[in-house]
Amino acid sequence: MYHDNQSHRPVLDDLNLQISRGERVGLIGANGSGKTTLFHLLMGLLRPTAGAIEVFGEERRKEKDFRVVREKIGLLFQDSDDQLFCPTVAEDVAFGPLNLGKSQDEALAITGEVLECLGLEGFEDRLTYKLSGGEKRLISLATVLAMKPEALILDEPTTGLDEDTVERLIEILRSSDLTYLIASHNSEFLSKTTDIIYRLGMGKLLQAN
Amino acid sequence: MHIDNFATGDSLLHRLDPRVKISVAVLFSVVVAVADRYSCLATAVCFSLTLLFLARLSLREVFLRLLVVNAFIVFLWLFLPFTYGGEKLFSIGPLDATREGVIYALLITVKSNTIVLALIALLATSPIVTLGHALGHLYVPDKLIHLLFFTVRYLQVLHLEYDRLRDAMRIRAFKPGTNVHTYKSFAYLIGMLLIKSFDRADRIRKAMLCRGFHGKYYLLSHFDLQRVDVIMLVIMMLLVSGMASLQWIILK
Repeated sequence: MYHDNQSHRPVLDDLNLQISRGERVGLIGANGSGKTTLFHLLMGLLRPTAGAIEVFGEERRKEKDFRVVREKIGLLFQDSDDQLFCPTVAEDVAFGPLNLGKSQDEALAITGEVLECLGLEGFEDRLTYKLSGGEKRLISLATVLAMKPEALILDEPTTGLDEDTVERLIEILRSSDLTYLIASHNSEFLSKTTDIIYRLGMGKLLQAN
Repeated sequence: MHIDNFATGDSLLHRLDPRVKISVAVLFSVVVAVADRYSCLATAVCFSLTLLFLARLSLREVFLRLLVVNAFIVFLWLFLPFTYGGEKLFSIGPLDATREGVIYALLITVKSNTIVLALIALLATSPIVTLGHALGHLYVPDKLIHLLFFTVRYLQVLHLEYDRLRDAMRIRAFKPGTNVHTYKSFAYLIGMLLIKSFDRADRIRKAMLCRGFHGKYYLLSHFDLQRVDVIMLVIMMLLVSGMASLQWIILK
């Protein structure tokens, strides 16, 4: 359960969600229904007012418990400008691996590998603030994938993207063997990339398909 | 937003190692700022003009930038000649201008333009991001460099946000005037920008935490000192030292 600290209205109320390894879950819901809140709770950026969060078989309560979670689950933010904060693409993609204790050479190798995997070769020295919206989104995804996560959480990954970039995103997700949870208003995108879709409304989850 | 519009080019100065350029620029600025002998300043002016020539920048744009600097200096000319004590040169109404005051204002004008020209030729010819990396390799504290990077990175985002808000006002027929409605609307605009930046800072922090941030930043870019860099460093440093000696040693 999570309460909004301004209106004290419960945003998420008696919500149960369980995701097993290998599952691909979609999440739809009206604006303000609490999708982002749910994701931030899972990553430990917010704390529930009641209830428990269990990740990788362990209950997570404190900041310290969530460090491991953040190393293994990648969250793609709604706004790529929030995610890309380094001056160059290479530095941004290498930021995660360096935080995980990789050496500079290893981090650069991973950066090259991930960019190539996403079809973004040669982007290393581009300046992050000069990228287009679609490029920013894909580079953000690269920064998350560079940490070699076991699971992904994508918050509205298709907003503001043109059809081609959406297609590319679908390809990338389909060819990966990651467990992931995607929130989106784009039901076609969700049906192409996920196996099960839930609807979030009134703080609760219902299966939608 | 054109922060980097002098940074594209292929002149000798564009290709020079930014660490060399920063070192020379800092030393040169200090020498010119404290110098007051004409021989030293004349050499400095020549040095700046040579650099400008070597950088092959659009003279029109350089001139436009100098205009901005000199707009501030106009105020000095309005006050300095009349407030500085000394021999009377001419008078406007009850105000007497002194010879010393005019010379002082002239010195400041020459010095600021000389320094700005050198900075344009040396520093503006590297992208800000490269300069930041170079500062890192010159042992400037990490925190300052990242402050610079965050500023450059989010200046753009904030500017776009400002443009969006401004457009939103304009399409609802907002016309600025000298009235309470205008002041209030601009206050809202600035307040909104502040709140938005605060929220954004919070989201960026969260995004960094999600990627395992634990208080340490990393710089990746490395520079290779070429022979031409070393030669240019030696030449420019010798010239600047020469200027310094004109000021402090010779003719004493």
